[in-house]
Amino acid sequence: MKKFAWIVTFVLALALVLSACGTPAEEPAEVPAAEEAAEAPAEEQAAEEAAPAEPFRVAVVMPSAINDLAFGQSMYDALIRVQEEMGGPEYFEFVYSENMFVVDDAAAAIRDYATQDFDLIIAHGSQYGSSLQEIAPDFPETSFAWGTTVDTFGQPNIFAYEAASHEGGYVNGVMAASLTKSNVIGVVGPIETGDAKLYVDGFKAGVAATNPDITVNVNYIGSFSDVALASEAATTHIAAGADVMTGSAQMVTGAIGKADEAGVLWLGTQSSQASLAPSIVVATQVFHWEVVINEIVALVKEGTLGGQSFVIDLANGGEVIEFNDAYALPEDVKALAEETVQGIIDGSITITLP
Amino acid sequence: MRSRLSTLFDALLPVLATLAALAVGAVMLLFLKVNPIEAYAALLNGAFGSFNSFAETLVKATPLLLVALGICISFRGDVINIGGEGQMIVGAILATWVGLTFTDYPGWLITTVALLAGFLGGAVWGGIPGILKAYFNVNEILSTVMMNAIAVQLMNFLLRGPMIDPAQADVASKIPQTARLLDIFQLPRLAPTRLHMGALIAVGLAVLVYILLWRTTLGYRIRAVGQNPHASRYAGIKVPRYMVMALLLSGAFAGLAGAIQVYGVNYRMITDGSASGFTGSAGFNGIVAALFGQLHPIWSIPASILFGALLVGANSMQRIVQVPSALITVLNGLVVVFVVSSEIWRRRRQRRRLAAAPEEEPSPKPDQTEVQKKEEAQP
Amino acid sequence: MITELFSTTVLIGILASGIRLATPYLYAAIGETFSQKSGVLNLGVEGQMLLGCFAAFYVAFTTGNLWLGVLAAMIVGAVMGLAMAFVTVNLHAQQGISGIGFYLFGLGMSDLLFQRLMGTVETVKGFQKIYIPGLSDIPGIGEILFNQNILVYGAYLLVPIAWFVLNKTTLGLKIRAVGENPDAADSLGVSVAQVRYFTIILGGTLSGVAGASLSIALLNVFQQNMTSGLGFIAVALVYFGAWKPVGVLGGALLFSMVNSLQLWIQVLGIPVPSDIAVMMPYVLTILVLVATVSRVRAPSALTKPFERDE
Repeated sequence: MKKFAWIVTFVLALALVLSACGTPAEEPAEVPAAEEAAEAPAEEQAAEEAAPAEPFRVAVVMPSAINDLAFGQSMYDALIRVQEEMGGPEYFEFVYSENMFVVDDAAAAIRDYATQDFDLIIAHGSQYGSSLQEIAPDFPETSFAWGTTVDTFGQPNIFAYEAASHEGGYVNGVMAASLTKSNVIGVVGPIETGDAKLYVDGFKAGVAATNPDITVNVNYIGSFSDVALASEAATTHIAAGADVMTGSAQMVTGAIGKADEAGVLWLGTQSSQASLAPSIVVATQVFHWEVVINEIVALVKEGTLGGQSFVIDLANGGEVIEFNDAYALPEDVKALAEETVQGIIDGSITITLP
Repeated sequence: MRSRLSTLFDALLPVLATLAALAVGAVMLLFLKVNPIEAYAALLNGAFGSFNSFAETLVKATPLLLVALGICISFRGDVINIGGEGQMIVGAILATWVGLTFTDYPGWLITTVALLAGFLGGAVWGGIPGILKAYFNVNEILSTVMMNAIAVQLMNFLLRGPMIDPAQADVASKIPQTARLLDIFQLPRLAPTRLHMGALIAVGLAVLVYILLWRTTLGYRIRAVGQNPHASRYAGIKVPRYMVMALLLSGAFAGLAGAIQVYGVNYRMITDGSASGFTGSAGFNGIVAALFGQLHPIWSIPASILFGALLVGANSMQRIVQVPSALITVLNGLVVVFVVSSEIWRRRRQRRRLAAAPEEEPSPKPDQTEVQKKEEAQP
Repeated sequence: MITELFSTTVLIGILASGIRLATPYLYAAIGETFSQKSGVLNLGVEGQMLLGCFAAFYVAFTTGNLWLGVLAAMIVGAVMGLAMAFVTVNLHAQQGISGIGFYLFGLGMSDLLFQRLMGTVETVKGFQKIYIPGLSDIPGIGEILFNQNILVYGAYLLVPIAWFVLNKTTLGLKIRAVGENPDAADSLGVSVAQVRYFTIILGGTLSGVAGASLSIALLNVFQQNMTSGLGFIAVALVYFGAWKPVGVLGGALLFSMVNSLQLWIQVLGIPVPSDIAVMMPYVLTILVLVATVSRVRAPSALTKPFERDE
């Protein structure tokens, strides 16, 4: 009998914890806290409603969360924009698997999506490439896209996409070099590789081209998630005299917080970070993946399932330098930035990476 | 008859506990406005619904089982190895290095050597905390936690530097991954799925670990040290040596798990900067699987499959009913807590049974010895 | 470049940021010290911290009151502690494993609540640095010691309090007795269950505060998995400190300062690969322990459930 009493207490205790946590969770759907909260149910409905025309169906697998203010969010926002442009979920519908940082799980997800009839499956992480290389040949009728890379493995049903993030990095670097008074600039990065490295190298090139006397201190903290260490890295930069900073990946929120406190300027990349610290975020290089997605969708509709690679850059509008309206950027710096963007687009500026 | 029923109950206990945890999960699903029946149908279907999905479950279960085997050894030796993540990584690094360096030899040879290298790498990474514990009194929880972090950085360093895929070294976006292993080095597939030889190796090793623990002097001594180090010392057993052995073997199995992930599933190493990106947290989940299996190598087989099924099924549930991945983590946690809590009923029944039967040997620590005695009788 | 490491700016920077970084470790590790002293290993600290992070952030964000945020983090931590206590004390669950379960629960739950209640990363104006007239202006020392926020001071205040409670009070005696020899304690009329409930809930509460110190005092944001392994390091530091609050303090400071040193090494452009630099605090923590071979024993009843012989 005593046993049962225990089972009951235990279940009750846990139920209590859960309801304590769970109850408020009902309200937020109405709270305007999140725009995507309103959009997410919309997609779900779409899946149930009989669509008028056959919608274009996309599945995306990504390593981080859709609301990470960085790489994951840049893709999610892009898909939302594509959906709006194409006339809503009746015409373009998408599902996603987020936080698939385990490569093996992502592979299972990709394979699983491939067995259902999606028109396009996006593997939004460069670490998924080798899995895709295994899977794609088994589903010759399905189109796949992966990034960030230029490698389609010569497969007729794989598209590759990449961000020329060094271009925006360069522009950010030019701005940073013009804005710094201490001639010290700090960079907080995750791991010295991939998109982050590309951005940082571009940034350094931009600074060096504007004023070679400026010191750029770079700190890779060895993690995409350690917000505390990112924040401390920012503090270190500030103590070393930095008055302008930049950084890549989702853990930079910690660094932005420190920059905000110290009144140090911030230049962002991937997704707009102005909302976090309106008074110090100068500008963000925002990825507009919809440029690539639209092209791929058009190709798939025509029957081309892959074999091409795309780059978003300043020229094709896939990368946009978004100035933060709340920050009063001196006109001459803004002009210089815009000039630099033009220069990169028309080829008069070439970026040499180390 | 009665005892058989009760053995059955013991075996089903983790399953019942899992169901109870899923019931709590159902309440949460309702809060998220998801139909729990639909969600769990997706889970079940994702884990067992087709030949392919069952194969996926087994693929997931393979590293869990291997890590669990190591955990059986170390926990029986009363050392807590939470360094499985790091040991998997180091084992995988060494195994990958073998496969990428010696490309002119026959496939079977290199694959065998590579798996042994993985075993060795894990043994080193587990042996270090073992030596630190036995001879420098450095607690193994501390050292294994630290060694995990060190292994991750080592992997990041090697994969973006010395071991980077030559194809990636020249392009702008350097993906931190090694080159792909030659096809002849890959572990053979068992069916037209991703199921590979590694699963059979793991099952074979489960039997070996059983023999090791209960049929060899080494195993006997590891367990003796685990049960009562003082008594063992008086009995003339070199306690520090067997502490090291327990952690070393435990690490070795985790290292092998890492090597098999590379040779059976990924065919290369890739890092996203974190440990779990490569290991899929098998280094942690293996501990849970071992406990599901009551720290018994043979029972760890169904336990790993159950846990693998849960992980595979939950991912598929996330896709089909589009619940946030965070919910899956919560469910995972609930299952662990429920299963580990349910153990009390099994122990109670044993005690009652033992009270009825005369004791066979003096038991220094009633709780643990009983568990072991009973399990020795089981298979 | 190496010589630059010894400039005053750098030294002050390392010390100041070491002191700051140590804060969450201190709260969590001191809490863990209490539970381990009473014989309970709680590996779920990371999960408790994450829920504490979120609770503090959400409450502070919606009400604008930081102290309410701290309170919320304490309550959430305590509730997690209560559940942990029930599972380990009454159900005798294997402590290492149940801790991993609670970690996963906290990891997922904090993220789930974040997605449902916030949806996007926001910032909050957290606890500000306290300016102490006179002291804060002392060159060097002022920057290091007297230019921190209230939760940082709280963490350091906790060290002598914890030492006092553990060593100089009856409660401390009971805790140690229960951790060393529960049978004897029980026969002397000490309720093992009560003491362990107390320490585990206290540990949970302090882990909650550790979370709050991150989300509303040091970082002022909430992000999924923002602790990123910090809770596990905190558990490791208890072993480093040999179950003494002062030892824990030493471990936390060492780990944090080496961490901040490695940031400086990169900033100063000293040619060490970034990954190798990041390894430093982990390697050094182990090395220091090896060098100072200690013969301190763990509490004898650690990880052993207590059951009265009947």
